[in-house]
Amino acid sequence: MAFDAKLEIANGIGRITLSGELDASVAGDFRTKIEEAASQKVSKLVLILDALEYMSSAGLRTLVFAKQKMGQSVKIYVVGATEAVSEPIKQTGFHYSVIMMDTYDPGVIES
Amino acid sequence: MPDQRIDTYPTHQYQGYDLRPGRPLPFGASLVPGGINFSIYSSAATSCTLVLFHKHEREPFVEIPFFDEFRIGDVYAMTVFGLNWEEVEYGYRMDGPWDPSNGYRFDQTKILMDPYARLIGGREIWGTDPDWSDIYHHRARLVADDFDWEHDKPLETPIEDLIVYEMHVRSFTAHESSGVSKRARGTFAGIVDKIPYLKELGINCVELLPVYEFDEFENSRVNEQTGERLYNYWGYSTVGFFAPKASYAATGKFNMQVDEFKNLVKQLHAAGIEIILDVVFNHTAEGNERGPYISFRGLDNKTYYMLTPEGYYFNFSGTGNTLNCNHPIVRNMVLDCLRYWAAEFHIDGFRFDLASILGRAPNGAPLSNPPLLEQLAHDPILAHCKLIAEAWDAGGLYQVGSFPAYNRWAEWNGKYRDGIRKFVKGEPGLVGEVSQLIQGSPNMYASRGPTASINFITAHDGFTLMDLVSYNDKHNWANGENNNDGANDNNSWNCGWEGETDDPGITALRRRQIKNFAAILMVSQGIPMFLMGDEVGRTQQGNNNTYCHDNLLNWFDWTQVEKNSDLLRFFQNIVAFRSAHPILRNRFFLSGSDYLGLGVPDITFHGTQPWQPNWSDGSSRTLAFMVNGDYARGGAVRDDFIYVAMNMYWDAVHFTAPPLPAGMRWHVAVNTAMPSPEDIWAKDVEPVLDGGEILLGGRSVVILVGR
Repeated sequence: MAFDAKLEIANGIGRITLSGELDASVAGDFRTKIEEAASQKVSKLVLILDALEYMSSAGLRTLVFAKQKMGQSVKIYVVGATEAVSEPIKQTGFHYSVIMMDTYDPGVIES
Repeated sequence: MPDQRIDTYPTHQYQGYDLRPGRPLPFGASLVPGGINFSIYSSAATSCTLVLFHKHEREPFVEIPFFDEFRIGDVYAMTVFGLNWEEVEYGYRMDGPWDPSNGYRFDQTKILMDPYARLIGGREIWGTDPDWSDIYHHRARLVADDFDWEHDKPLETPIEDLIVYEMHVRSFTAHESSGVSKRARGTFAGIVDKIPYLKELGINCVELLPVYEFDEFENSRVNEQTGERLYNYWGYSTVGFFAPKASYAATGKFNMQVDEFKNLVKQLHAAGIEIILDVVFNHTAEGNERGPYISFRGLDNKTYYMLTPEGYYFNFSGTGNTLNCNHPIVRNMVLDCLRYWAAEFHIDGFRFDLASILGRAPNGAPLSNPPLLEQLAHDPILAHCKLIAEAWDAGGLYQVGSFPAYNRWAEWNGKYRDGIRKFVKGEPGLVGEVSQLIQGSPNMYASRGPTASINFITAHDGFTLMDLVSYNDKHNWANGENNNDGANDNNSWNCGWEGETDDPGITALRRRQIKNFAAILMVSQGIPMFLMGDEVGRTQQGNNNTYCHDNLLNWFDWTQVEKNSDLLRFFQNIVAFRSAHPILRNRFFLSGSDYLGLGVPDITFHGTQPWQPNWSDGSSRTLAFMVNGDYARGGAVRDDFIYVAMNMYWDAVHFTAPPLPAGMRWHVAVNTAMPSPEDIWAKDVEPVLDGGEILLGGRSVVILVGR
């Protein structure tokens, strides 16, 4: 499945929904969405990954970029990552920089 | 006007690639604005070409020669613009003389890896056969330095407080019984999963067998008896000094081994556990004259290797070649490498394999004042790193007790290992030697203190602790070398039967001997180290040189945690005992005198009767000593009295402990002759000893605590 990244911003929360395979050839698209969200000065960034099938090192690196770009005060939620995606995130310790959630929890994210 | 200076604009072009003269330092490939800076040293090459590949592709997409004006001194440096650093692999071709008798082995048909490569591809998944026809096997890549360490830093635990656990990354969790997910077995991530086990064990430092990129297929062959593949399993043969081994990372296939390894360091630190790397600077994976071209041989053979006057490789390492560590160029590379691991990976210390080689001159002669060892000792970035020498080499240099230390280096104390093994085995006439060993070997390290002594009974080389008490002789047939490899002088004793047995008497004796070793190790001054799995009776089936086995001869079998829970419990408690008693962990030698006028000297020796050590009897197998807790840390800290009685005679012997100051009583913390759980007691629940007399069972150790 081809990679796709959609950004929505509402109530100060940026939501990027990723689908398909995130590899080096398309990591730039993901990065652009993060930059757009950062330029809107969102207070939280939610990455919805349940339709993401694969994430390469370039994708993982973009998570680091997201943290750096958004700043320490912006919480980043990674929602619905499949095992194939969440395992390398955890094994490389990136999950300490973000908040991992199995499903979108509006009570937590939108509070 | 631009709002930023642009001083890295291209000045040259080659086949559509924008270039400019590079920065000669730092060596290696570095990200610079708009491009990648490549810098490589060679003193005798006549030309150099940068070879660029797209990741995983067999053929390069471009080969860019360094223009004449890109060479400064002996350094070729060039910036290439517009490359995607995450997708590029690079190597070099060097042209120059082919004149082996004068040390030159240039061959421009070979693509050579950057010795400063921080990420190396080609062996990403452990044990997966590479494409042997590949023209470039170990592929240099670039790495980002954007790991989020948060507040982590090296722990800087005082060395006297360390309790070291020597372990092999793959072996620790490769077995399915580890409970680690299949994808993470045998990896850095697997160790992270097992940090709670290490915490419960109580150790505060892990020493990892080599994690630098190596080739498990180096000299790989098949065991003719079993048909099993034999590997370069331990990894004592470095391909790249700056790169963590890709296949030790579950994420190696994503090229994320640097991040995964850093996460391991970070999580260990969060658990209060330091990490020491076993580093192998004495030789490389290129072997001798018949070995492959990987890097150094083709870059500058004469600089990087010690060569005979005829141009052959000196073999002080026993593996075919010897790195020329005291050549200034190589010295700087070693220093750059260790600084990189200390600064970028937060590594707490290094153990140097065959470290005596690092003290040899380029012609092989031992140096009285080796510049590399001195430089490491005084380096500002390594200032708080532990530096530990394996103070011998395969060329006959044995420097235990005499390694050039510069008041910084500690040593694996091979004499401790041998002396305590013989004593516990029951050899007579060793009490004098043992009295030195348990004090941290002041006879060897008088000016250096007990922290110079890394005390150990077992390490990866040799028998496991269970095998030490189960085999008289090595059984290395599975190595396919007709049992000729491995040490013959093991000072082991099988307790009455060679190998596995269900004889309850022999089994009980073996367990007691294991506990005796553990107890003596943990009450000795100096730094204790023990081998992964010894705490649960791990066996190598009598093989004392399992360097080539990717199987249960090396793997930690986690079912033994349950099966040998009594041993594990003993280890957990004896480690906790050491941790609870600062009098056992002094930076300076105990003196044998009461220099603070506290009524009892800091350490005193005894025989079966107080104050009567039996130094003169050549048949003696008993020794006791007492340390006065008021002398802990030179009198700065208060601790209990501790009395240790060791009866290595085969029958029970009565000991009488020295009297305690008024109001104090002796408590039994350890009695290895007792069955579990009465063999060891947790702090503050030890049973009181009525009077001072105790009957020590044959071959047993008793530890009393006075308070």
